[in-house]
Amino acid sequence: MAMSLLFRRTKALEAQIDELLNAISEGTLVFQQGVADYLQKDEERFQQHLKAIATFESRADALRREIETRLYRESLIPDHRGDVLGLLENIDNVIDEAKKTLNQFAVERPDVPDDLSSDFLELAKAGTDASQHLVSAVRAFFRDITAVPDHIHKVYFYEKEADRLADRLKRNIFTRDIDLAHKIHLRYFCLHVETLSDRAEEVADRLAIYTIKRTL
Amino acid sequence: MSWLFLSSGLFLGWSLGANDAANLFGTAVGTKMVRFATAAFVASAFVVLGAVAGGAGAAGTLGRLGAVDTLPAAFAVALAAGLSVFLLLKKIGLPVSTSQTIVGAIVGWNVFTGRPTDTKALMQILSSWIICPLLSGLVAALLFLAVRAAFPHFKFHLLKVDAWTRAGLLGVGAFAAYSLGANNIANVMGVFVRVSPFPESTSFGPLRATSVEMLFLLGGLSIATGIYTYSHRIMLRMGSALTALSPIAALIVVLSAATVLFLFASPDLEHLLRSHHLPALPLVPVSSSQAIVGAILGISLVRRSPVSPRTLGEILLGWAAAPLLAMVLSLLGLFVLQNVFRLPVTSGPPRQPATADAGGGCPFAAAARPLNQRLSIGL
Repeated sequence: MAMSLLFRRTKALEAQIDELLNAISEGTLVFQQGVADYLQKDEERFQQHLKAIATFESRADALRREIETRLYRESLIPDHRGDVLGLLENIDNVIDEAKKTLNQFAVERPDVPDDLSSDFLELAKAGTDASQHLVSAVRAFFRDITAVPDHIHKVYFYEKEADRLADRLKRNIFTRDIDLAHKIHLRYFCLHVETLSDRAEEVADRLAIYTIKRTL
Repeated sequence: MSWLFLSSGLFLGWSLGANDAANLFGTAVGTKMVRFATAAFVASAFVVLGAVAGGAGAAGTLGRLGAVDTLPAAFAVALAAGLSVFLLLKKIGLPVSTSQTIVGAIVGWNVFTGRPTDTKALMQILSSWIICPLLSGLVAALLFLAVRAAFPHFKFHLLKVDAWTRAGLLGVGAFAAYSLGANNIANVMGVFVRVSPFPESTSFGPLRATSVEMLFLLGGLSIATGIYTYSHRIMLRMGSALTALSPIAALIVVLSAATVLFLFASPDLEHLLRSHHLPALPLVPVSSSQAIVGAILGISLVRRSPVSPRTLGEILLGWAAAPLLAMVLSLLGLFVLQNVFRLPVTSGPPRQPATADAGGGCPFAAAARPLNQRLSIGL
């Protein structure tokens, strides 16, 4: 009786963790679409994606709190609880960052020259790809520990790619004949879009250590 | 009066519950996988079941070692064993072996009354003190290697592994508690078997229990009391004192120890092995603390993880000191009972040494007389 209750609770918690990871994955995909909408000046779709990412972010926050409470209240995974809580809190920062950046586009309305749109979009895609592989790495941490290094490796790849693209974009911005204020404003957005991949890398670093700790 | 004498056996049972049972769930409670209340309930229930249903196997060997044949002597022997456990437990705070203290105390009775010690039984027991931790360590190391090799191929969710490990720790802990009850009840009540104050048969409605079963039931209940009242602290220390264990390693430790305890306690298994001309382990009460420590060391060797040398040294010192202290306390207790309270510590005549009639001439004659004669004082 007690055992079937334990397994039922475990199953429910597994579903919540999957739901949290889904929210983060979908949220970062929406981020990429939102940036594309802004650059293509499709205001209606941009507003829709802005709303969607806010929904995903608040859902992820609620799920994270609920999972953390249950892990503590039901004394589950005592040996990895600290690691799992750290992991969930940090992966939540990824969708927070995505939402914050998209919101800044909505508030500050940066004037992105048309010929820089593809560079910004490419940078947003690299950050999203890093986040997607991070979500896969975290899923593997729960279900298939041997697959974690493969995904972490890809997170690092896309983070480096984002660094390279951001550097190229900043050089391009500062060689243009536009106001310094405009240059600084564009660089500021370049930094923000780039931060998404940095957040993913931070979580991947933690995950690499947690994976070693999870070996018997 | 009989019940008063039996109280020392109950005290020994209490110390066994506080001490040896802590070993079984120590790693589970210490790693916070099982709550103390749950561990105490499961351990108590299965210890009592093991004691009543399977307790006869190992009791025979203790009976052969020294047939303590009066209630006052059984009282002194059990009290010496229980007190040794309690003193060492208090002093070093880690589980010592109840099996060892009862053997030391019985040998003390043999020495005091001049009864011969069955060297075959003694050697069986002494060898089991070496075989038990080695075997447990070997079983644990092999199991650990097998689990470590197989584990990555099963893609179970971390939470599912956690739930299965908890269930395993409880299930294996229950099996270990049953084995402990079956194997170690001989330590607690073995010396009272020949002098049981219970009638030949006691009825509980449709159920009937023999005198020995009633003794073992009482012993099992005293072990359960020890578990509930004093084992928590030891459990928490056992979980992390020697080396840090993961919950799965903790499960392997308990499984290995339970298997070894069972091998040393099951008459059916012994019969099965002998009937197939296979070597069988002697049915002797072995120490759960030796089995657990052996298993932890087995896994630590495989993992090459550091073991606290100070803690290990303390445990080994405790194992060496336990039977000696029990023997000394047994001699002291028997001396007091015989000479202060004028109680019989043996029913039959002591062994007559070959030189007993040469009391005047032989310089070794005094030494050849049993201690209870030499230490008699006229009050």
